[in-house]
Amino acid sequence: MTKKIHTKRRDFLFTATYTIGAVGVGATIWPLIDQMNPDSSVKALATTEVDVSNIEPGTSITVLWRGKPIFIRRRTQEEIKEASEVDLKDLKHPEKDSDRAKNPEWLVMVGVCTHLGCVPLGEKGEYKGWFCPCHGSHYDTSGRIRKGPAPINLEIPKYEFVDNNTIKIG
Amino acid sequence: MSETKYIPKSKFGKWFDSRLPLLTLSHHLTSYPTPKNLNYWWTFGGILTFCLMTQIVTGIILAMHYVAHTDHAFESIEHIMRDINYGWLIRYVHSNGASMFFLAVYIHIFRGLYFGSYKAPREMIWITGLIIYLLMMATAFMGYVLPWGQMSFWGATVITNLFSAIPLIGESITGWLWGGFSVDNPTLNRFYSLHYLLPFLIFGLVVLHIWSLHIPGNNNPVGIDVKKNSNETMPFHPYMVMKDLVALLTFILIFFGFVFFLPNVLGHPDNYIPADPLVTPAHIVPEWYLLPFYAILRAIPSKLGGVIFMFASIFILMALPWLDSSKVRSSSFRPIYRKFFWVLVFVVILLGYLGAKPPEGIYLILARIGTAYYFIHFLVLLPLLGRYEKTDPLPMSIADPVLHKPGIVDKFKEMAGSYEGENVGTFK
Ligand code: HEM
Ligand code: FES
Repeated sequence: MTKKIHTKRRDFLFTATYTIGAVGVGATIWPLIDQMNPDSSVKALATTEVDVSNIEPGTSITVLWRGKPIFIRRRTQEEIKEASEVDLKDLKHPEKDSDRAKNPEWLVMVGVCTHLGCVPLGEKGEYKGWFCPCHGSHYDTSGRIRKGPAPINLEIPKYEFVDNNTIKIG
Repeated sequence: MSETKYIPKSKFGKWFDSRLPLLTLSHHLTSYPTPKNLNYWWTFGGILTFCLMTQIVTGIILAMHYVAHTDHAFESIEHIMRDINYGWLIRYVHSNGASMFFLAVYIHIFRGLYFGSYKAPREMIWITGLIIYLLMMATAFMGYVLPWGQMSFWGATVITNLFSAIPLIGESITGWLWGGFSVDNPTLNRFYSLHYLLPFLIFGLVVLHIWSLHIPGNNNPVGIDVKKNSNETMPFHPYMVMKDLVALLTFILIFFGFVFFLPNVLGHPDNYIPADPLVTPAHIVPEWYLLPFYAILRAIPSKLGGVIFMFASIFILMALPWLDSSKVRSSSFRPIYRKFFWVLVFVVILLGYLGAKPPEGIYLILARIGTAYYFIHFLVLLPLLGRYEKTDPLPMSIADPVLHKPGIVDKFKEMAGSYEGENVGTFK
């Protein structure tokens, strides 16, 4: 009987030691892993202001934000019409055009293909929006995925109009 | 392991070896018994060791001149090419060396597939070999990023984005890999650090690979067990060493044919354009040795699915010793498997070709068929063949297939006059 109690006590001590040991090893390893995450200086580059007064309808510009290209397109009336008339049932990732472009004339998107990160080409592809040459994803005039391997629509970053001519991204 | 106990001759040798048995180790390596029917497909292990050494030596030299910063990396490569004495030579040996390394490893792997070298008792040789292969791919991928050209940048972007396919944690993983919101300077720096490290890990694994080889000894073209230290084997040195050298010199001739005459054919011209995060090249392709996997990635019409199948196509090889249940090793005695082996070789080469083509129309259809076949080969055909294939009768010894060729005995008797006799084999 006493023997059994001792075994239990020893088991407890072993388990407790292993547990403390594992926590210690984990706490030691974490800084070694976390150092690779985006650092404060990278995170600090959070916002960019862009002057859009020179953009004519039917043209776009690309700016760099956090190392990624941002497409700013001033859409033509046809493009807006096409984008808003699409039946949501036809979409792989259903989103209304009005939710994607608060001001229908201006479409602001992260210009990074949601498949594997290439930069799609403008006014190309079967839906006359964007076409990604890497593995053939077609996006429409609202930047929504229509055909190809990309799983979701081109991402809309956080942005706002500071005044009529300036957009603040981030 | 060496069957005969080694005792150093000199007094100092005895003193030294009893404290640090390097002499015993070297004796083991030189006297290691090898089957005497090994053919030239068995010389690629030595060739691969040469490739690893070449990459390490040229790499350490490149590292003396290379600058791992997005603003200077591309320039520093041009500096190596134009200003450093023989910099062009060292860089071309390193970049073509990576291609030759993969050429050799593919031959080495298919050799194993043909002669059943992955089967018991050699599973650990096969598995350590596959880990080496995985590390080689990681090393070459990160090395290709270092020159910071367009292909470097976009290759890195596409490959690191593969991890974003993982549900829930995908985004955090890519951020962690990049050290930012996209491939950028932190990414280049850590890739450089790891590109320097991994070859030495590979070196360590090569030691394990050879250690696990030296326990059962070499497989051989006939695939039956040989009796060690009988007249079926001969010592590694000088016999195999000489054969390996003949093959190695031929290999070096081809290798330097590329270095001196076609140094850029295996690379992509776009990598001589500095990286530009705003413009993706119209057609991005990985280096040739990764193309079959790239074709599989693009053949699957879903992002996560493509990534899963691509990794599965490599990891499935780890299970090969258990998927192929046939007890017969060498394809020479497996008439049906032998045919499927060549179909597999063809399909892998076809996938490589398709990986370089745009994923549309007939290319896409063929890539899908090829991908399906690849998995069917391992998951369906091999287990079925193991059960139902009628294999040819195995010879009693590795000398039989040679000795039973018509007319061969007379030829041997004729030749035996000029030999000592011990290595010619016994014949009645
Ligand atoms: C398994 C062995 C290795 C493989 C497969 C490999 C592969 C590669 C590849 C494919 C490149 C790109 C070549 C180009 O397009 O220019 C490269 C570049 C580079 N590697 Fe390696 N490498 C290996 C070992 C090493 C080692 C051990 C070092 C350093 C100690 C090293 C240092 C470098 C440097 C500094 C570069 C950039 C210069 C350049 O791009 O030519 N490599 N490596
Ligand atoms: S990255 Fe755009 S389709 Fe693959």
